[in-house]
Amino acid sequence: MRGNLLWRKSVNAVMLSVTALFTVLAVSSLFLILGYLIYYGGRSLDWNFFTKLPLPPGEIGGGMANAIVGSLKIVGVAALIGLPFGFLAGVYLSEFEDKMFCPLVRYVADLLNGIPSIVVGLLAWGLVVVPTRSFSGLAGSIALAVMLIPIVTRQTEQFLREVPLSLREAALALGASKWKTIATVVVPAGSKGILTGMILGVARIAGESAPLLFTAFNNQFWGGGITQPTASLPVMIYSHAIAPYDDWHRQAWAAGLVLIGMVLIANIAARLVLARGISVPRA
Amino acid sequence: MATPAVADPTAIRRRTTQTGDIVARLITLAFAASIILITFLLVWQLWTQSAPTRHKFGFAFLFTRTWDPVTEDFGALPFVYGTVVTSALALLISVPLGLGSAIFLSELAPARISNMLTFLIELLAAIPSVIYGLLALFTLVPLMREYGEPFLKSTLGFLPLFKGPVYGFGLLTGGMVLSIMTIPFIISVSREALLAVPREQREAALALGATRWESTWQIVVPYAKLGILGSIFLGLARALSETMAVTMVIGNDPKISASLFAPGYSIAAVIANEFSEATGKVYQSALIELGLVLFLLTIIINGIARLMIVATTKKGSKR
Repeated sequence: MRGNLLWRKSVNAVMLSVTALFTVLAVSSLFLILGYLIYYGGRSLDWNFFTKLPLPPGEIGGGMANAIVGSLKIVGVAALIGLPFGFLAGVYLSEFEDKMFCPLVRYVADLLNGIPSIVVGLLAWGLVVVPTRSFSGLAGSIALAVMLIPIVTRQTEQFLREVPLSLREAALALGASKWKTIATVVVPAGSKGILTGMILGVARIAGESAPLLFTAFNNQFWGGGITQPTASLPVMIYSHAIAPYDDWHRQAWAAGLVLIGMVLIANIAARLVLARGISVPRA
Repeated sequence: MATPAVADPTAIRRRTTQTGDIVARLITLAFAASIILITFLLVWQLWTQSAPTRHKFGFAFLFTRTWDPVTEDFGALPFVYGTVVTSALALLISVPLGLGSAIFLSELAPARISNMLTFLIELLAAIPSVIYGLLALFTLVPLMREYGEPFLKSTLGFLPLFKGPVYGFGLLTGGMVLSIMTIPFIISVSREALLAVPREQREAALALGATRWESTWQIVVPYAKLGILGSIFLGLARALSETMAVTMVIGNDPKISASLFAPGYSIAAVIANEFSEATGKVYQSALIELGLVLFLLTIIINGIARLMIVATTKKGSKR
């Protein structure tokens, strides 16, 4: 504690104000981002955006109906693969503890979670695009599922661990077998948290574009099924934003507003409504 | 096995339930093990698919700066340089800002306000990176071109870092976008580390006559040092692996320039831009080897971050 009291008190006041200022700066960036998107996106968003296909450069108008449907398809299939997969793996980590294998799985899941999304895209490219010789929505779904699995696994594990041991003991004491205890007592008790984690995980992969660039690729048209190149909102935002056409920029802003609306609504709903009172760990 | 078991119904029950348990265990085990399998597949893919360039260039790949798809001569140095420089710039901005905010949220703000602000920060972390890219492209890039970079040039222009023509696109803008994207991670992990510091530490410092800031900076922050370092490494890993936002503002030019105004390129950006159009095994292999480099880089950084964060939470829970 050096210096005289006045100096120390002023340092105290200055530094504490600086930390408050930093916090205001950090939080205001959220409102700045939302403000810009609502201003520019709102001006560009119209009914056509949801119902029409993209037009070739130079023509004014059109929409991104195919990208909205494509995103739903890609993310839907990814969730169909990734959610049950991650959930079951999480049940194993929490309920069938063993000293050797579980720490290894936990470590590898964290590792997988930290892998850059673009590298996950390379994996799906090698696994699906190369053998089938075609970009496809399915390849994109697999890339996103690989990102989703470790998130859901670790969150499921975390929320199941928070279920009190006494609940398990009560069920076992009543004669339930272990798997019945898990299915009818432990999982329902942790279900709110698990569901929250799942929604947040899906919201996170829904905004990913890097792993889709060379798996799902892009499509200016409706495209066929999941085996065809499929348009998605994040990739559309990217391709439209970097193109040199003003009308495409307008569309990119509109798509940005729609995407962030979906992601933020999912986040707010999951965190405020579903997860009231439980703390959600970061993915 | 048959006669006594049938005679005793509870034994049958025990046996069947045990089979159910075994099945449940095996099914969940299969999925847990598949996580390891997926990761193994990933490493194997990166390794085998990058074989052509690994054999052709060896370790020189990392230290040469040519990137010529026509003559199939590839070096990773400009991309590694761009990735490291933008990430370092990002941390330079986001560490003080993030740590300052974390101190405010854990030490000063009332719990209710702190929780509300933290919620908003978590939302900031949930924003997709392509949205950051979109905003940066249309707002930050023109701002940097018209005001930010000319200002730096006129004030700090004697440094080689701030010389040369001004584009708006470049390493500096890339680093700034990354800083905004890493701040939420640094804030929320540091805040938890600070909150894990026992209350007695603060009370003891205050009782000895320390001001609030002195108690925070000299007692609480050093106590949470490891967790804060962990948050910085986590932010670094995030910055290294960030793709879309950087791709949209870095300028996409595989050059190594001393000036931060100059356009550059990052590992993730070059894969994003060129992979779908890469023709020829060697070109593809070069990009995949870049992916392998990025993968190893982020694994090491993430590993360090997790070790540090685990160490602090353990320390806190002991008391």
